Amino acid sequence: MAETKSELLLRSIFKRNPIGLLVLGICSALAVTGQMTTAFVMSICVTLVVAFSSLTISIVRFQIPGSVRIGIQITVIATLVILIDQILKAFYFELSKQLSIYVGLIITNCIVMGRAEGYAMSNPPIPSFIDGIGNGLGYGFILMSVAFVRELLGAGTLFGIQILPLTTDGGWYVRNGMLALPASAFFLIALLIWILRTIDPEQQEKN
Amino acid sequence: MAEEPAAKPFYSVLILAFVCSALVAGAAVGLRPMQEANRQLDQKKNILYAAGLYEEGKTITELFASIEIKIVELTTGQYIPEHQLPPESYNQLKSALTESGGHPLNSEDDIARLRRIEKYSFVYLVKNGRQIEQIILPVRGKGLWSTMHAYIALDGDLTTVRGVSFYEHGETPGLGGEIENRKWQEGWRGKQLYGSAGGVNLEVVKGKAAETGNEALFQIDGLSGATLTAKGVNNLMEFWFGDHGFKPYFNQLNLKSQMDK
Repeated sequence: MAETKSELLLRSIFKRNPIGLLVLGICSALAVTGQMTTAFVMSICVTLVVAFSSLTISIVRFQIPGSVRIGIQITVIATLVILIDQILKAFYFELSKQLSIYVGLIITNCIVMGRAEGYAMSNPPIPSFIDGIGNGLGYGFILMSVAFVRELLGAGTLFGIQILPLTTDGGWYVRNGMLALPASAFFLIALLIWILRTIDPEQQEKN
Repeated sequence: MAEEPAAKPFYSVLILAFVCSALVAGAAVGLRPMQEANRQLDQKKNILYAAGLYEEGKTITELFASIEIKIVELTTGQYIPEHQLPPESYNQLKSALTESGGHPLNSEDDIARLRRIEKYSFVYLVKNGRQIEQIILPVRGKGLWSTMHAYIALDGDLTTVRGVSFYEHGETPGLGGEIENRKWQEGWRGKQLYGSAGGVNLEVVKGKAAETGNEALFQIDGLSGATLTAKGVNNLMEFWFGDHGFKPYFNQLNLKSQMDK
């Protein structure tokens, strides 16, 4: 492929965003975007998992028999996710408590498998690794944008710090309960996709 | 794709399974001591929190020094001497599952849906001289999805709640998961556990708790969208402060304080 490394890294953030264009990984984008902190940690975890699973799979791609490749990809991904979960529990206990079930759910995050099957199986290790990081960052970009709106308007905080004083604490801001619920992420993601496709009409599907 | 030998998938999968399981097992075993230490520290922190003794900036071990750890036999309410059952090696949750350390509950008694209960429970005492100032008890029970674990701190009068700390659960984040919210837990402080008839009267209500009158003493703010979690919390309170929980122990304590007088 003629793409340079930085193009490879950046294209997944705007031009080929895994959530925006490919509409993958929506499930976890709904679940962890209630707070900036969890969204941030989740982005880092997913980036690490995509990057390393793509790298590993790309290294052994000639050894993987076509008939069982999906099973092998899932096993590699699951192993990485468990490793991350164990490390979080050992060193970042507070965070791991907040993220507990979501970390396990990275295994079923479609982005990870999508990149393994769609890119790493047919490309050399280094580009696969960069592609993984790019996709993780693209996912993180959407997650953080959604979490920003949801946490600010839903709880009046950012990264847990009070920005808008709530009426319940004697302030003026009536918090928006709907944005505190996971389903609100649907609307926000839809808006983001709309914005992305308006800025870059190439992403629009042809009728 | 080129024709591949039929045995190749087997070898690849075998090797992969071996390597992956070695990695996972290695991480799980290698990191367990640190995870265990974290868990214990977290429990201690929650005990301190329930008792209102937690202070930012001081180490947990330091703060925990003022707390006396005891083990109590639930059915009789008697303390078990330390040489018989050393607290540092006792695992309360595990022993509920063993034949010798626990027993099954029949369905009428099992309000908190625990299925089995242990014979011995930890209790944590904060003393002022000989007087018990606070008593912190571990409780648990089923919510909507999961078993919820908490510590409840009671005043020396054995009915005024000093604080509560739910520390482990798998309830829906943002709804039932709000039992973890420190603000909501603040609302427990000063409430009364037992009504005049002697039963557990304290409950999480729907909507806001009454602010004045007798009812205000026994009501805790509801959690919106978490009816079943709240029900689980009420059930676990009723269970653990009833006859199968700490009631016999409280009777013993009352008896003792009467004798002291």
